[in-house]
Amino acid sequence: MGLVVELRNVSKAFGGISALDSINLGVEEGEIYALLGPSGSGKTSLLKIMALLDDPTSGEVYYGGEKVTEKNVQQTRMQATMVFQKTAVFDTTVHKNIAYGLKLRGMPEDQIRKEASEALKQVGLEGFEKREAKNLSGGEQQRVALARALALKTRLVLLDEPTANLDPRNASMIEDIISSANKTSKTTFVMATHNIFQARTLPHRIALLQDGSIKETGASADVFSSLSRTLASFAAVDNTFTGDAKPSVSGTTLVDLGNGVQIEMTEAKAGKVSVFVDPKEIIISRKRFASSARNVLRGRITEVKDAGNVVKIIIDVGKPFTVQITKKSLAEMKLSLGTEVYLAFKASSVQAI
Amino acid sequence: MNDLLEGIVKAFQLIFSGDPTVLDVTLRSLYVSGAAVLIAALWGIPIAIFLGLKDFRGKFFLRGLFTTLIGMPTVALGLILYLVFSRAGVLGFFHLLYTPTVIIIGEALLVTPIVVSFSANALAAVSSEIRDLARTLGASEDQAFIAVFREARDGVVLATISSFNRAVAELGVAQMVGGNISGFTSVLTTTIMNETAKGDIALSVALAVILLIVVGSITLTVSYFQGRRKWA
Repeated sequence: MGLVVELRNVSKAFGGISALDSINLGVEEGEIYALLGPSGSGKTSLLKIMALLDDPTSGEVYYGGEKVTEKNVQQTRMQATMVFQKTAVFDTTVHKNIAYGLKLRGMPEDQIRKEASEALKQVGLEGFEKREAKNLSGGEQQRVALARALALKTRLVLLDEPTANLDPRNASMIEDIISSANKTSKTTFVMATHNIFQARTLPHRIALLQDGSIKETGASADVFSSLSRTLASFAAVDNTFTGDAKPSVSGTTLVDLGNGVQIEMTEAKAGKVSVFVDPKEIIISRKRFASSARNVLRGRITEVKDAGNVVKIIIDVGKPFTVQITKKSLAEMKLSLGTEVYLAFKASSVQAI
Repeated sequence: MNDLLEGIVKAFQLIFSGDPTVLDVTLRSLYVSGAAVLIAALWGIPIAIFLGLKDFRGKFFLRGLFTTLIGMPTVALGLILYLVFSRAGVLGFFHLLYTPTVIIIGEALLVTPIVVSFSANALAAVSSEIRDLARTLGASEDQAFIAVFREARDGVVLATISSFNRAVAELGVAQMVGGNISGFTSVLTTTIMNETAKGDIALSVALAVILLIVVGSITLTVSYFQGRRKWA
């Protein structure tokens, strides 16, 4: 297994403003590599340099051990393809979108047809060939873009926030496609994401990018097991709080988040801590009920945000907590702004970071 | 009101009887404006490509200038051209004043800012995104440029139709440098003005109806084909 792409001391500046600072990284054949960082951290600039769409201001890019130069850049660019965050489809049929790159590679017409329909099958859009790409939904367009990239069978596929603008159903579909393409075709992926949950499950390795430089890198399990404060601070995660921890009489840890809010966690910690509660692990109810949940908080709904199939509800319990529930639950429970509700979550759902 | 009704009735009689004046003036209008738009497109689209796709100092100013020139009053342009092409003018030795050729030149200048400004906007809007997309799928710089142009084609076509409509409907240039010489330089707009002044309302209304039909049908036809066209 060698390195598909390697960046050595790559820096990039736009009009004197530094976007990337001495980046060194290598992507192994067959892995999913994630660049995790907040907006503006340089993820897209980095991907564009890896895709050979942009030149670095300084530093070198190697493909399969060979240095990319002005002479071989056009040829080398064929080894990778990038899927953009803002879905870009050509204003034509789905088939012609997918056929574009294959045609440039000189593939005969009948084989193009076969490859295109296979790629569409791979992303769950069989029979969409004749549809106008621009008339499809955002999620479908993103899947067309992914099919178009996968059809080229390049060694490397670069994905810029592939699920950022999608509802959870389409997002998880895209994640499944990436993961299965990686397993079955051994395609190497580099993806930029600011989604901490995605970065935790999908990639083999991750690099934490902040202000144009790599702060941490390693196997995703390792990086997340010691979830650093930098990671939490830039991952823009709901329900991250800081507070004072002290052991409670029942053997758990009591964390005072301020403003009269105290929560319990199983992990033993003392002093200043940052904690995180997954919005999916919080149960919401209109009445207090008896359960094993160590944390029960009362508050009022201050905001309801649509997130596709699910909704995110912000509840002020003294601190703003985000809870994710389905639209059906929202309707059945007749929840609206100002409704008084109870939140319940287990002490083990509270993670120290 | 009566004049108008009578005019409309007589107008249709003139149109359907194939009146020679109506036919002559209509064909000349189509020829003059069509030629003007062709010339404007020939020099305007390359300028638009430059302004829409290249980065250089003064680009903002130049694009602003072309946008401003869209609003150029036709009489003002007509007057300038009159002075340039009249016997004592800089280009007077060409003896082009009061010929269809000078109307074509004038209208081409008049609509060039429309072609340039609209096309440059359309190209700039798709430029970086489509260029990167085409290149990452394997296109060379030239192939990527073709992809960008193809995506912007709707905007460029719109620019051309708008130019034609502006050219065929303008009066100032055609009147001032063409002189509305019957059977030689008279076009729809100049004839409408002059026939109305002479009191021939019916002919004026007939020509006005034709002018509206020309403008309307060209726009409709193009939008129809644009809706159907497929990216090759």
